[in-house]
Amino acid sequence: MDVKDIVKPENLVYRKSRLMSDATFNFCPGCGHGVVVRTIAEVIEEMGIEHDVIGISPVGCSVFLYDFYKFDVVEAAHGRACAVATGIKRVQPDKYVFTYQGDGDLAAIGTGETIHACNRGENLVIVFINNGIYGMTGGQMAPTTLEGMKTTTCPRGRDVKTMGYPLNITPLLAQLDGVCYVTRHSVHTPANVRKLKKAFRQAFENQRDKKGTSIVEVVSNCNSGWGLTPKAANDWMIENMFKKYPLGDMKVDGKLVMDMNAPR
Amino acid sequence: MESKEVRLMKGNEAIAEAAIRAGADAFYGYPITPQTEVMEYLMETDSYARTGMVVLQAESEVSAINMVYGAAATGHRVLTSSSSPGISLMCEGISYIAGAELPCLLINVSRGGPGLGTIQPSQADYFQTVKGGGHGDYKLLTLAPKSVQEMADFIAEGFDLAFKYRNPVMILADGALGQMMEKITLPEQRPRLSEYPDWATNGTPEGKERRFVTSLNLLPQQHELVNQRLQAKYRQMEREEVRFESIMCDDAEYIVVAFGIIARIAQKSIEQARAKGHKIGLFRPISLYPFPIGEIEALSREKRVRGFMSVELNAGQMIEDVRLAIEGRKPIGFFGRLGGMVPTPEEIENALYRQFGL
Repeated sequence: MDVKDIVKPENLVYRKSRLMSDATFNFCPGCGHGVVVRTIAEVIEEMGIEHDVIGISPVGCSVFLYDFYKFDVVEAAHGRACAVATGIKRVQPDKYVFTYQGDGDLAAIGTGETIHACNRGENLVIVFINNGIYGMTGGQMAPTTLEGMKTTTCPRGRDVKTMGYPLNITPLLAQLDGVCYVTRHSVHTPANVRKLKKAFRQAFENQRDKKGTSIVEVVSNCNSGWGLTPKAANDWMIENMFKKYPLGDMKVDGKLVMDMNAPR
Repeated sequence: MESKEVRLMKGNEAIAEAAIRAGADAFYGYPITPQTEVMEYLMETDSYARTGMVVLQAESEVSAINMVYGAAATGHRVLTSSSSPGISLMCEGISYIAGAELPCLLINVSRGGPGLGTIQPSQADYFQTVKGGGHGDYKLLTLAPKSVQEMADFIAEGFDLAFKYRNPVMILADGALGQMMEKITLPEQRPRLSEYPDWATNGTPEGKERRFVTSLNLLPQQHELVNQRLQAKYRQMEREEVRFESIMCDDAEYIVVAFGIIARIAQKSIEQARAKGHKIGLFRPISLYPFPIGEIEALSREKRVRGFMSVELNAGQMIEDVRLAIEGRKPIGFFGRLGGMVPTPEEIENALYRQFGL
């Protein structure tokens, strides 16, 4: 059988979103970023809102977002994505604005901007990639780095006595009145990717319906930064990251659905 | 028939009223003395009800300048105002705005530093404004008003310059100009923008190429080209945007160089000295960048001109640019008060006599 016999419209099971460019990802092989990036594009394409969407790509592995998307993207300084998004959204409330932030960006240098945008209930979608490490700068400690986890700036493991505790920030954000939707996902299996896609859809619909801030956290891997193979990184993520950062909804339609007594 | 609207206003209020009338789309700011009346006035007069101009109090100056960056990226007329310590916090964002080539209007109602300093008027942010502030090779087109009228007039002009060059424009005022009241003629109301520039990232229009805004270029070869483009823009500003006021310089033997509020006071000193027969003139740079180098150089080449004196509300900052323009052709002296102190006309007059041996 020739390849031409297979590549036919009726055999199509998956195609790249037409909102994705042909640029080569700068993400490491095995990294979850690429799946998240294309899943956002699929949701925007399916909702037909690509002419009204503006993405914000702050510093981190997220910074090259504008190379991958065929819709308008604004780069932001490290940590400032939510402020930049606010500035855009307030003058154009009918556009769809989303930020794409790593854990260093959202939970360290940009904590203030994030909390206050959420507290004002800015009509934004915040995509938060939590892989417990600074990927782009080569594997330094992040606010979300797990206790005992080794990075280049905590080479003997994170000592919570001197370096602070892993910051589980989304449950904190969920408690703000301006926030309508907080959910945590992963992309390590096709089923999880499908769940994430539904979450993105919900988040953008919330924005359309002007319900306030929606936060979609993705617990992801950083096999290069963690010094593991892609497979081992995912196994390590399931065993360790999911314990500290369990998957599931925290707030839906403005109502807290997480167990506030659960260990966090 | 056109009726001019005349009002008695504080400088800070004039900024706010002029911003509404300039058709601004948004103001993002954070309270700091001595410029808090800007946001207060915008809220009190309800700019949103008047023109649809958005006003938002940010959680910090860092956030405010990044909100400005966002609105500027979408081609809107956006401004912020602050005072010295707040401007220091904004410098990161200002560098990004300059690097991404976005238009916006910044206002520094400056006060005495360093550190928390004082809330009294000062010109100690001259270096920060015209020599950098944030990181990288960028320039802020800077206008220095001397009156409440100019505070108002420079708003629309500042927006137009910002859009002409896709560059941030700074209005460098001070606590005295912000707080003092003067009678001014208000500018006409002009409409807000209804169309946005092609580069604006406000959603990709159907059938058009998407846009993106960034100050990032990892390849140095590319980034040098970006820097060269910025520099070409700055050279154009130097050719086309020099602004100054020359008072009694035509027959002057001695020239005082002063900008902003201190130029007003120095003018009084010169008038008093003239009454005593001393031929002294006042040269007031209005654009601090681009600095009127050529005009000062020309004065320094005049045979009758025997000396210069830079008068500033700082320890001597603009004098470096005056000195570069004079290139040693004539002697130059300095008089300044520090830390929020403002001299009387007599203090400056006496300093002139000492400096020039009159």
